[in-house]
Amino acid sequence: MAPGVNGSGTPMTRTQVVDAYFMEHRARLLDVAAFLDRVDRAAVGDDDFRMRAFRAAVSILGDGRPDRARRVLELLSDPSTDLVAKAGMKGATGAHDPAKGGG
Amino acid sequence: MVDVYIDPHVHMVSRTTDDYVRMARAGCVAITEPAFWAGYDRSSPKGFFDYFRQLTEFEPRRAAQYGIRHHTWLCINPKEAEDPVFAREVIGLIPGFLERENVLGIGEIGLNKNSRNELEILEAHLQLASDHGLLVLVHTPHLEDKLKGTRLIMDAIRRFPKLDPGRVLIDHVEEHTVGHVLDRGFWCGMTLYPDTKCTPQRAVDIIECWGSERIWMNSAGDWGHSDPIAVPKAQMEMRRRGHLESLVRRVTFENPERFLSQSGRFSAQPLRPTAPDVTR
Repeated sequence: MAPGVNGSGTPMTRTQVVDAYFMEHRARLLDVAAFLDRVDRAAVGDDDFRMRAFRAAVSILGDGRPDRARRVLELLSDPSTDLVAKAGMKGATGAHDPAKGGG
Repeated sequence: MVDVYIDPHVHMVSRTTDDYVRMARAGCVAITEPAFWAGYDRSSPKGFFDYFRQLTEFEPRRAAQYGIRHHTWLCINPKEAEDPVFAREVIGLIPGFLERENVLGIGEIGLNKNSRNELEILEAHLQLASDHGLLVLVHTPHLEDKLKGTRLIMDAIRRFPKLDPGRVLIDHVEEHTVGHVLDRGFWCGMTLYPDTKCTPQRAVDIIECWGSERIWMNSAGDWGHSDPIAVPKAQMEMRRRGHLESLVRRVTFENPERFLSQSGRFSAQPLRPTAPDVTR
């Protein structure tokens, strides 16, 4: 099953969607921009796997193709299929670390 | 406009009476509370005996004071499954609670870091559910572990042929897992969180893309950053976009009622708030 097959779609027009959400997402866009600036201003250290994934995800936003949310989530996901030998921690970092294997 | 709703996944033992008041005023008439990790590992299986008493004795009375019907699910959460001997001792306690009137099934079970021990304990829970013909509520892992874990969990469930996918709800789906879950015949839950999982806006997007069959929304409110009135906020989001009231009611009341009623124990009938029991 693909998205849109059973869904009703949004009842709003494109203008209504923009009217409703533009200001909220303008603010979030600026948060992302300011976050990237903040990371760049930090004098010590390099990008880790999370920031490399973040920058790759940002490029998805502007590629003009659909299903951006799904594709961003997939990009941040562990692509491996094998069970891990032991759970090392309970939490999650938000992006897959390729150094742990699986791509 | 206030309409009734069900929050089918919320950890009220971690919430205050103020939260119960806000939920009741927002239209909440029934909740289900899966067994959860306390934020620290319990030092003894006996700690779970006390927790299961809290879920089946005290918390239903507390909820009833606000006119909210309380139901529960029992398990040891995958976050505490890395010690299989300990976990199996806890699982051994569960049959003694299954006849309690607010117990709907086994949950929230699943995987957390996709480890071998977690899978072993998931399968032990699935065996228990299969043996007793119980509903199952599944937790899927967080963030980068979710996609892989969701697939592993669905494969594990399929190894128990007595477990009908129509009696299993796989929770915490997002855009990259919802299609996989629906395709395999399971129910799915969207958790509305401020930072992780789904926002109310994204949850409504998913309904617009995937439809309203076999899907519900929950707050999963707990001891962390979460919002126990997230479901009515999603209702408001649906109305803001112009969705029909029938669709709002379907995903926030009728769908959870339909799934949960398979237990034979769920009720969302109006409940008159009870007086506090001052004798206890």
